[in-house]
Amino acid sequence: MFDLSPTDWMAIEVTLKLALYTTLILLVIATPIAWWLANGRGSPGVRTAVQALVALPLVLPPTVLGFYLLVLLGPAGPVGSTLESWGLNHLAFTFQGILIGSVIYSLPFAVQPLQQAFANLGRRPVEIAGSLGAGRIDRFVTVILPMTRGGFIVAATLAFAHTLGEFGVILMLGGAIPGETQVLSILIYDHAEAMDFDSAHRLSFGLLVFAFAVLFIVYAINRRFDTVRL
Amino acid sequence: MTRPQPDTLRIQARLERPGFALDVDTAFPLEGVTALFGRSGCGKTTLLRIIAGLEHPPGGEVHFRDTAWQSGKTFVPLHRRRVGLVFQESTLLPHLSVRGNLLYGYKRTPEPLRRLHLDEVARLLGIDDLLERRADQLSGGQRQRVALGRALLTSPDLLLLDEPLNALDTQTKREIMPFLARLSEETGIPSLLVTHAPDEVERLATRVAFMHDGQLERLEPLRDALARADSPLFRDEGAVSVLQGELGPADEHGLHPFGPPEARYRVPSTPGATNGAGRQARLRIDARDVSIALSPPQDVSILNIIPVTIESLDEAPGHHGPARVLAVCRQDDGQTLMAELTQLSTERLGLQPGTRAHALVKAVAFLD
Repeated sequence: MFDLSPTDWMAIEVTLKLALYTTLILLVIATPIAWWLANGRGSPGVRTAVQALVALPLVLPPTVLGFYLLVLLGPAGPVGSTLESWGLNHLAFTFQGILIGSVIYSLPFAVQPLQQAFANLGRRPVEIAGSLGAGRIDRFVTVILPMTRGGFIVAATLAFAHTLGEFGVILMLGGAIPGETQVLSILIYDHAEAMDFDSAHRLSFGLLVFAFAVLFIVYAINRRFDTVRL
Repeated sequence: MTRPQPDTLRIQARLERPGFALDVDTAFPLEGVTALFGRSGCGKTTLLRIIAGLEHPPGGEVHFRDTAWQSGKTFVPLHRRRVGLVFQESTLLPHLSVRGNLLYGYKRTPEPLRRLHLDEVARLLGIDDLLERRADQLSGGQRQRVALGRALLTSPDLLLLDEPLNALDTQTKREIMPFLARLSEETGIPSLLVTHAPDEVERLATRVAFMHDGQLERLEPLRDALARADSPLFRDEGAVSVLQGELGPADEHGLHPFGPPEARYRVPSTPGATNGAGRQARLRIDARDVSIALSPPQDVSILNIIPVTIESLDEAPGHHGPARVLAVCRQDDGQTLMAELTQLSTERLGLQPGTRAHALVKAVAFLD
């Protein structure tokens, strides 16, 4: 069951690294977006547009997203060519490339739980903390974070788990370079294509058990927080 | 532009919202309790939020004493304004204990500015025994007292109270009122109280700002606001008089003398109220509980018969039935006493401005 090939191990490493980085980046990006969507000022029209933009990856086929990212980040695309003119590499078929793809693809899964949590929180606790002398960062650390902990746990879990299951975007944008862009889902596909059902099964089953375990642990923790701090 | 003046809070602001416009240019003295009184939707909470810095109307001016809180490009954010905020709903931080809530602002107040400390504030508000409780284990009244204490512990320069009693039942309200009433006296912190309840104004305010449709119509001392028949305070529940005076020791009948000899009341003490003798007290008298007699009646159960001079006779506010008359009477100590009479009795007695008469006061209530 566990005699995994070096290629398998590399794919596992790439997958976990991708999921972890994606989650960390998303928590940083999604928090201000979600706060602004939930409690921000500004025109409702702009907010609705941003909300729709954030939700796009939910409805678009991943291949569409992957295709445009490939065009954008590739050597002929505006981003890729600019990078090359600076003496850097373009991002198609690189780990950085699929990381950008993952972040965009999982954005709604991080933004929406946070937005929900912030909307439930409302602006009042933050206003109160402000009146008590707490500045911006102080308010975030001592009021928003502890009061919306559940939202952060759900956002991080969904972003992580969703990245584990990502396929289409990476297929389009990253290909299957072992140790660089070959993630588990791609490798499983390659195994199956090559009629190597045993290898495909080993990885698929492992992924299934792992995904379930992660979700189980996180929801268990979340439930405990919820009951302790109602 | 107007020059900021010391010891006032100057606000000049215009704010447009769909279906609502606020346009205010005023200065509040920074002393005692200023009530912002008006119906819901009149803009009083918005005005409070501008003062707190939670709204930022373009072109607005807010000057606290000689500090510009908002002026041109200057905008001091809420956490640097040193104002205490108390809202109507519970705003305790649920992840902190009562002590944690109380000390949240205290810890963030620079040490030299701390004038109030945990022990005295907890004692003032009667929350000493609750310190280790969790915020969600408190009753509504306890929560509001903790919220008040938390604001006080930042030793604020100004307290902003947005209908702090509104969400509470009558019983709890009665329990908190005395704390609020003592507050400005004992701490010397000026406060702005947003309210639509006349009894809160009568009980707590030093002066009243009447707001209507986004405008501040009038700013006057409470005494003046209670001395005119057309006062918005009387619009819903009818006219009342609020008398201030010294309360003497109880006599053999358990009645306390109140006020100077020329306008002396005898009032029963109310259980629970801290009405020790020799202290200043406020009495609230409903105009409907006051009758007028031209000569002092002899055989009558009413104890309080006060000589007065009729000042004016107006249509009584707060009525939709047959017209009633509000007689604004001047007691010999200069305080105003309102009596609500029928048109018929007014004519029968031939009451005119200037008439000497006797007011028969059937019921009084202590305000503190």
